[in-house]
Order: sequence, then structure tokens, then C-alpha cells
Amino acid sequence: MNAINRNENQALSRAVLEIDVANHPGVMSHVVGLFSRRAYNVEGILCLPVGDGRQSRIWLLVNEDQRLPQMIRQVEKLEDVNAVRRHHADHAVFTDLEAFFQA
Amino acid sequence: MSETPNETLTGAQITVRLLERQGVRLVTGYPGGAILPIYDALGQSTAIRHVLARHEQGAGFIAQGMARVSGEVAVCMASSGPGATNLLTAIADAKLDSIPLVAITGQVPKAMIGTDAFQEVDTYGLSVPITKHNFLVSSTEELLDVIPRAFAIAASGRPGPVLIDIPKDVQSRTIEVAEWPAPGQRVMPAPADGMALAEAASLIAAAKRPLLYLGGGVIHAGASELALELAEISTLPTVMTLMALGAMPVDHPLSLGMLGMHGAPYTNLALDECDLLIAVGARFDDRATGKVAAFCPQAKIIHIDIDAAELDKIKTAHVGIVADVAEALTRLLPLLPENPRAEWNARIDALKAAHPQPLPGVNDPRSHFGLIRAVAACLDDDAIVATDVGQHQMWAAQAYPLRRPRQWLTSGGLGTMGFGVPAAIGAALAAPERTVVCFTGDGSILMNIQELVTAAEQRANVKIVLMNNAVLGLVHQQQTLFYGQRLFASEFQSMPDFVAAARALGIAAVDLDQAANPCAALADAFARPGPCLIHAGIDAEQKVYPMVPPGAANRDMIGAQA
Ligand SMILES: Cc1ncc(C[n+]2csc(CCOP(=O)(O)OP(=O)(O)O)c2C)c(N)n1
Ligand SMILES: [Mg+2]
Repeated sequence: MNAINRNENQALSRAVLEIDVANHPGVMSHVVGLFSRRAYNVEGILCLPVGDGRQSRIWLLVNEDQRLPQMIRQVEKLEDVNAVRRHHADHAVFTDLEAFFQA
Repeated sequence: MSETPNETLTGAQITVRLLERQGVRLVTGYPGGAILPIYDALGQSTAIRHVLARHEQGAGFIAQGMARVSGEVAVCMASSGPGATNLLTAIADAKLDSIPLVAITGQVPKAMIGTDAFQEVDTYGLSVPITKHNFLVSSTEELLDVIPRAFAIAASGRPGPVLIDIPKDVQSRTIEVAEWPAPGQRVMPAPADGMALAEAASLIAAAKRPLLYLGGGVIHAGASELALELAEISTLPTVMTLMALGAMPVDHPLSLGMLGMHGAPYTNLALDECDLLIAVGARFDDRATGKVAAFCPQAKIIHIDIDAAELDKIKTAHVGIVADVAEALTRLLPLLPENPRAEWNARIDALKAAHPQPLPGVNDPRSHFGLIRAVAACLDDDAIVATDVGQHQMWAAQAYPLRRPRQWLTSGGLGTMGFGVPAAIGAALAAPERTVVCFTGDGSILMNIQELVTAAEQRANVKIVLMNNAVLGLVHQQQTLFYGQRLFASEFQSMPDFVAAARALGIAAVDLDQAANPCAALADAFARPGPCLIHAGIDAEQKVYPMVPPGAANRDMIGAQA
């Protein structure tokens, strides 16, 4: 679906976003929809409940292109998002999963 | 918290009670099977009046008219499936223009969701990208939390539409209500950063050629007077977006009117020369900026907006301030010394004299500008002006003497044909003491013409000025200018008798083309209370000028010569 566009090809590196959200059906589509409607490819997604289960944490692996700061602000605006933290692409959350994604 | 004993109520009764507690006195909508429990409860309410639209899109725009005039959250309702999908355009329109709405839709019973049940659509999924927030209510208890929250979200920060999808069984189930939640209120954002305000003040003091750029956020924040004070203290020439028209009276000496694609020549040329742009509640929309790289090329930028995501989205600000613009301006004003800026304002006056807005035929009530001015001459500043979308809209923006915030209702961001008539009805319902005029086109009016019946039924005081050029004027204009004059699908082959149609739908109508004295006929139409259609033929060859071709720089206007 999401053709890699020039923007993303030029991406120097990747970033990992850690997003604290309210845990309910629909929060995922709110977050991911912001990316898909801008044809901004999300390379990796991970989501699990935290604590008593009323909150979840979403981890996204995304290309670091010039639109990323705007994307983060848009994510922060979502009603169900409590916090967004940005990490380097070498964050363990995805690198430790590589074993499950061998071709 | 109430002291009354527990009440046993259905979800529908709870919904209506929460709307009442919210202070809602007027809702608009269209019923259907999946929302009938709520309609049944609504019918029992003595506090809330329901206005039945004739199409859900009409209901959505009626609610928008109410919200745009009052600044309060307005409520519309529709059933599941086609009712909900019909509402979507009006919701998307509210999102782009930051209008506070709560849309309530019925949904098939929870157990049937996902079974392709009769009149089931994924209203929640469809509304994700066009609402500020949306809810699919999964239990009757949840209503007590969701409904006040929906109002708070719609009204807080940057306003916007919130959709609440309520399955039928959630509406029908009874629960005991021990206590009622507080009504949802607007939550004030954090105050503006004092350092940034001081920095802004020193940039303004140091600027030689500053311009104030007001957007719709100024209207939403009720900050027009503060913006005017700012302009006057520092003698700042001021441009307005389509959404901000009325924030400063057009005939104020500092007003440069509307900027952008159809802005006046002097306005866009002044922007080219400014060394500081003070953007307040504006979002650098492409219709305002033209080619962004060429927009205010010499200017530093101060950007004040309640929505952090607007800062640096299109243009990077030298000073960015995230705040309620009224709060920010209140604190900015005392930091500014008076500054007459004689040289810069003399330059502005020279630009105004050398590059005026062309207004051909402005004294002829049978021409487009002349008609708009003749209508204005029948009205005072209390009147509300709504428009549809097309050439007539831009001509009204250019020529109507708008002088008051919330006087001007137009679909800016989405540019939705069909907005005008229902929005005007909503305005008339929200402000029954005012006259509402709606400039519409022969294309636009047909998109929601069924609402003339609603206008008749409600005796809404709307005067619909139909500027009939027998073409989709803006399309015709673009095809003429940019597509080698290949007119295709923009000329109507068949034209209804609009005067007869209006009468058949129950409202008075007058044809100015048949009137010996069009001004007298207009005055007569405006003197009679209640809805009226005023039909006027317009030359199809007239263009909206000046025009910045899509993608071009604002300085490269065509048709800028008077
Ligand atoms: C719902 C919708 N469909 C299509 C358009 C594209 N469009 C913009 S202006 C216009 C022509 C409007 O015609 P009319 O209402 O007669 O106004 P005029 O330009 O002739 O004054 C069209 C088709 C639109 N803005 N909205
Ligand atoms: Mg037309």
C-alpha cells in the first residue's frame, strides 16, 4: 500500500517512538491512521497493556524524515495519548525482536 | 453531585438528561431505527427543542451555523448507516474550520456490530480522521463519562467536532444513576510563555515593516478586540484570512482585508514587503500563503496559536507561542509601546492607492459586486452573512463590508458546496433577532435545497441571495484560465426555475431580473420577516480577480488591474 516516497528514501535513519495511550479498541487506529493518511510508512509496531491494563504502550519504528517532528505533534494531540517519547532506532525494543523476524 | 435518590433510566434518557444538564436547548437531526430510543426520550424533554432537517448533511450544517454564531458547542443527531454517512461531510467541514460540534449517531445493537447488519457502517472508523475525537459507547454506564467529555473536548483548546456512536441496546438498557457528572466545560490551556511574549514584543518594537496576520482562531478565542488593540497600539497593518473576516472592520484604517488567492492586490504586495509577520490564530493555509517559499520572503515570524502542531508546520516561527490567543494578547499588549510607524503606513497607503481591489460594476445592482453592496445597504452590522462555495463566496468576501466577529459564516477549509443554506438556517435559529443573508450559487444551492423546507417550517429569518450564472463559476473560471478554455461539465444545460422551486418548497421568492427597480425589490424582500429567496442572474464570464494561480507566489496575481 504505502509506496516509499522520496521523503522516506532520503531518510537518514530511523527512530523509535514510545507512546503511552489509554487502552481501548480504536486507539491503535487513531495513532496509525495519522501515519497512513500521510503515506508515512510505519516499519514496526508493538503494543501491550501496562500496569493495571487501563493504559497501553505503543512502540513504533519509523523512518526519520523531515515530517517526523510534525508527526509527533499530531500524535501528542490525540485525546487518548498521554505521552510520546522519541528514541534512537537502536532501542532494544525492536532490536531484541529481530530473532522473530528472520526471512 | 445531586442529593436526589437514585433514578432508573434508559441510556437514551440519560443521554437526553446529560444534554439538558449541558445547557443544550436546541438540537437538530434526522431520525432512523437505530437512534429511535434517543428520539423517544428527546420527545419527552421540555427543555430541548429539536429541529428536523431534511437531510442529515443539512442537520450537520444547521448545527454548524448555530455553533459559528454562538461560539457554543452545537449538537446534531443521525441514525446509523446512511444517516451517519450523510453527516460526515458536515463533520469534516467542522474539523477543518475548528467548529465545536457534538454529533450523536445511533448504531446497530452491540451484538450485531460486525455482522453486516441492516444499516450498519463503521461510523467510528469512518469518523476517525475527520473528528477531533470520537467514541463508540460500549455500555450505558459509559454515557455518564463520555457525553460530558465530548463537550469538553469539542470546546477546549482548538475547537472541533466530536462524534459519539451509541449502539441501540446501549440506548435502551436501564441503569440506576446515583449521581450526575458535572457538565463538560472548556478547559483553559497553559498560559503563554512569558519569555516568548517578551521576545515577541521586542521583535515587534524592532520591526520596520510589520504586518499582523489574523486567522479564524482569533474569532474562536473571542480575541478580536484584543487583536484590534494590538494593531492600534503598534499601528500594525492587518491582513485577515477568509476565516477571520470580521475580526477587524474592513473599513478600519489598518485593515488590508483578506490575503491570499483572492486577496486584494495591495494586500498580497504588502505581505511581500513585510519584515515581520505576526500570525495570530492562523495556520498558513495554502490558499492564504500561495507558494510558501515566496510568502513573506523577508519576514521574521511570530506565531501564536492554541494548537502546538500548527507551529512550524508550514513556516518555521522565530518566536512560537502556544496559548489561547486571547490570553497571549492580553499579556502581550502591555509590553508594547505605542508606535506610529509613519513611514511603513505611508508605504501601505501608497500600495492601496496604486494597487486597489478591482470592483467592476460596484454601483450596478445587476452585477455581482453591485448586488453584494446593494444587499449590504439593506442591512446593518447586526446581520449575519453566510455563503456557499464558489465565485459568489469570494466576491462576498471581497466586497461585503464585514465589521464584526461571528458575522461571517463560510466553509473555509473544506470549501463545501451546500454549506450555505443550512448554515444560514442554523444561524437564524441561534440568533432569531438577527437577519441572516446567504449568498449562494446555482450549483451550491442544489446541494442542500431541501433545507428550504426546514427554513419554511421554522420561519427562519434567512434571505437567500442566489447569484445565478448558470455555471459552476469557479470551475468555469479555472477551465477558462488554465485549461485552454475547454469548458467541460461546468455549464448547466438545464436550469430549474428557482423562484418557482422556492415557492413550491414553501418560501417566498423574488426575481430581481424581473424587477424594474432591483434595489427597491431587495429592500422589500428584506423588510418582510421570514425566509425568502432572492434570485439574480449574473454574467457567467465574470471572474474572481485577482487570482493567484494554484501553486504560484502571491505576488503573481492575475487580473489585478482595476
Ligand atoms: C461539494 C463540492 N463539490 C465540488 C466542489 C468544487 N467546486 C468549487 S466551486 C464550484 C462551483 C460552484 O458553483 P456555484 O455554486 O454555481 O457558484 P459560482 O462559482 O457559480 O458562483 C465547484 C463545483 C466543491 N467545492 N464542493
Ligand atoms: Mg454558479
